[in-house]
Amino acid sequence: MSTRHQDRGTAVSPAPARKLLAAGLIAMTALVSLAPTSPAQSETTRIQRVVSPGGIEAWLVHDTTLPLVAMEVAFLGGGAQDPADKPGVASLAASLLDEGAGDLDARAFQDKMAEKAIELRFDASRDMVGGSLRTLSENVGPAFELMKLAVASPRFDDEAVERIRQGQLANLRRRVNDPSTQASLAWSAKAFPNHPYGRPLAGSLESVPTITRGDLAAFAKKTLARDNLKIAVVGDIAPEKLGPALDEMFGALPAKAELTPVPDVTPQGLGTVEVKTLDVPQTSMVFGGIGLKRNDPDFIPAFVLNHMLGGSAFSSRLFKEVREKRGLAYSVYSHLAPLDHAGLILGGTATKNERAGETVDLIRAEYLKLLTEGPSEEELADAKSYLIGSFALRFDSSAKVASQLLQIQIDDLGIDYIDRRNELVAAVTLDDIKRVAGRFRENPALLFSLVGKPEGLAGAGNGSSGG
Amino acid sequence: MPALLLAAATGAAALAAPRPSEAAEVAQYTLDNGMQVVVVPDHRAPVVTHMVWYRVGSADEQPGKSGIAHFLEHLMFKGTASHPAGEFSQVVSQIGGQENAFTSTDYTAYFQRVAKEHLKTVMGFEADRMTGLVLTDEVVLPERDVVLEERRMRTDNDPGAQLSEAAQAAMYTNHPYGHPIIGWEDEIKQLNREDALAFYKRFYTPNNAILVVAGDVEPEAVKALAEETYGKVARRAETAERVRPKEPTPRAERRLVLADARVGQPSLSRAYLVPAYRNEKKDSVALDVLAQVLGGGSTARLYRELVVAQGLAAGAGAWYQSTSLDDTRFGVSATPRPDVAMDKLEAAMDAVIAKLAADGPEAAELERAKTRLVAEAIYAQDNQATLARIYGAALATGTTVDDVKNWPDEVKQVTAEDVKDVARRYLVPSRAVTSQLLPARGEAAAAPATPDKRS
Repeated sequence: MSTRHQDRGTAVSPAPARKLLAAGLIAMTALVSLAPTSPAQSETTRIQRVVSPGGIEAWLVHDTTLPLVAMEVAFLGGGAQDPADKPGVASLAASLLDEGAGDLDARAFQDKMAEKAIELRFDASRDMVGGSLRTLSENVGPAFELMKLAVASPRFDDEAVERIRQGQLANLRRRVNDPSTQASLAWSAKAFPNHPYGRPLAGSLESVPTITRGDLAAFAKKTLARDNLKIAVVGDIAPEKLGPALDEMFGALPAKAELTPVPDVTPQGLGTVEVKTLDVPQTSMVFGGIGLKRNDPDFIPAFVLNHMLGGSAFSSRLFKEVREKRGLAYSVYSHLAPLDHAGLILGGTATKNERAGETVDLIRAEYLKLLTEGPSEEELADAKSYLIGSFALRFDSSAKVASQLLQIQIDDLGIDYIDRRNELVAAVTLDDIKRVAGRFRENPALLFSLVGKPEGLAGAGNGSSGG
Repeated sequence: MPALLLAAATGAAALAAPRPSEAAEVAQYTLDNGMQVVVVPDHRAPVVTHMVWYRVGSADEQPGKSGIAHFLEHLMFKGTASHPAGEFSQVVSQIGGQENAFTSTDYTAYFQRVAKEHLKTVMGFEADRMTGLVLTDEVVLPERDVVLEERRMRTDNDPGAQLSEAAQAAMYTNHPYGHPIIGWEDEIKQLNREDALAFYKRFYTPNNAILVVAGDVEPEAVKALAEETYGKVARRAETAERVRPKEPTPRAERRLVLADARVGQPSLSRAYLVPAYRNEKKDSVALDVLAQVLGGGSTARLYRELVVAQGLAAGAGAWYQSTSLDDTRFGVSATPRPDVAMDKLEAAMDAVIAKLAADGPEAAELERAKTRLVAEAIYAQDNQATLARIYGAALATGTTVDDVKNWPDEVKQVTAEDVKDVARRYLVPSRAVTSQLLPARGEAAAAPATPDKRS
């Protein structure tokens, strides 16, 4: 299980569908008869560990139902590797990997992708650089070639760097007054002063202009290596073909990444309410406190506990109290955020300014109440039942399966984890929940970050550590 | 619990279980009460996506009641005579299902994603709430506050969204697409229980609904289940042909400016009134290709000219919403780099469009656009929920399963002349609403949110 791929539970009536359709451009599409013409031959029934002749490992689910291949890769070491005075390097570098590599300048590279409808993109998160490839299986050769070029020989040409930098700056300016983004950035800055996690992943209007080609090339050289690489592949490619292709794609990378050690950290400012004033009718808020890391033996019970608090879209305590009973918000959620160097519990909501103070008090009270009184047997049984039953929903497309296989590798949970996971959830008892609630109760204070013109906060902030 | 556990534990492996490898055929039929059914088999994982689409959306609202279609969608989760508030959602949750709903201009849809053995359960509940909804002010009033918060979050907190809303209103002077799906704030505040029930009784009836089931199912089995559940719901209203006030051929270009202190990054966007797939198939498919040629990513014309060649923009793109009952929109947009005047950016954008309308696309870029669109149709097959949405939206906007199936072949037949022709006819000033989002007048850029510490 990976909370990073968990639905964050924005509840009913999401974007009017027309928005989705417009965004995707592809409003109409079809089941064309391009499925493999060969007889049934999806012989693979398990996740396979494919190791290339050169020793590079990938997890593969070989499935020939559709003529496509999805591949997800991760290089551990993301934005947390940024120089302290230059946040945004990892993010900018990731955006530039498909903007010119090897003999191909940006235009030639993008043309190669477009000619074959190959989708390849890279993104940085705090702890990794992720790459995502999707291709028709008939084009797997050129697709793998582009992946190879992107990771092994990105060019960072001046033209591309400037162009992508301008795009990044426009994004940063666009969000300067976006309440939810600003609430999230302010939360991290307050919780992690003097630590990479406190800096903005996408950089800032001050830092992004100072990033040089040298910074980007250095990041790529140190981070894109073989020993911190995880690979998951799903779809119409046989293991015998994938093995050698892994060497082709990744064999030229340095054997070892040169990562800067990142210290473990606990969030600061707990018990306080940070406010950024912005002239909007609704206050956005992010809240969070100390949670657990993914390798903590209590992670699964904590995950179940969070589900009851704010993980479930329609039956969590926060949903019922904040939204359903009082109509305070459209969306309210919480989730565990197990970063590599900090375990967190995070959440968010948005309510009209007049009721912001009331909402802060309510969330604090509900959190403390769950930690103190615990759930009922029935509530726990319902939560487990949901988490067990819904696990299969994470595996109904190639892209989703690949993401899951990648995350399981990153979290080092073992290739049999999918078979074990539901037993782990089923085994959680009320005593386990009480134990883990006790651990959260050791420091149950939450840091709130609010953006808007909140009212009714008197007495709510005030440095109390009541949580 | 053990049965659930087994189903879920085999989830991943089942994706790879041996299966016939031919693409499954989409099946369709109509129940005796007039409810349409579409089944999209996908046997790779033991789960199903179950959706019910009603042929009613915000464009079917009466004047003065904007937002009622969407408000009713929220209220549909408040319980029925047979299943009191919360029971349906609780059961979905207990069986490990996911649920949600959404409202558009032309349709309202409800869905659950569950392990396949629970399909009948969710069908039973969904059929029950087709006619059995019970509403009290105790649940209606707090939910209205939720909708108002939703509106604040999506629109009132964001100047860009406010401008989009105004542009939509400016585009449609007569057709009801001009009012926002979520409703105008003042009108949402007046909506009540009686409005919701009246709307419900008029539009929620099996002969106005489409069932879409995608996933690990056989069409015959779904048919039997549908007859057992939805088939027993009596019609309670007759449906009429969906004729809305027609948008007249526009004669004057419209220009909007929203200047707000909260705007950190200016932007330029424009929408043109164009036909939907339902009404002008050939033009619509050519417009799909045109949107790709003009704005489909970083190999497209707008990006190559405005961003790469001229360095005027930080980003640029185009979009076309073909799935619509009535005349729809084709959009272009660009984000200026600092110190680039809007007029200069707009003139450059106009030049790109004019050149395409005069000369048409080059052979290579036409081929690229078509390749992308056809590949997208194949990529879409990877996700049962995506497929369910595509078929549901198509049927709810007056097109057919065959239309969806034939679309890639239609794309392949589009010629450079076709693309040039639709650009020339539709991308003209009189059809356009052009919007500029700017920082507050007299200010170079927005004042960022000011930190204001409270312990």
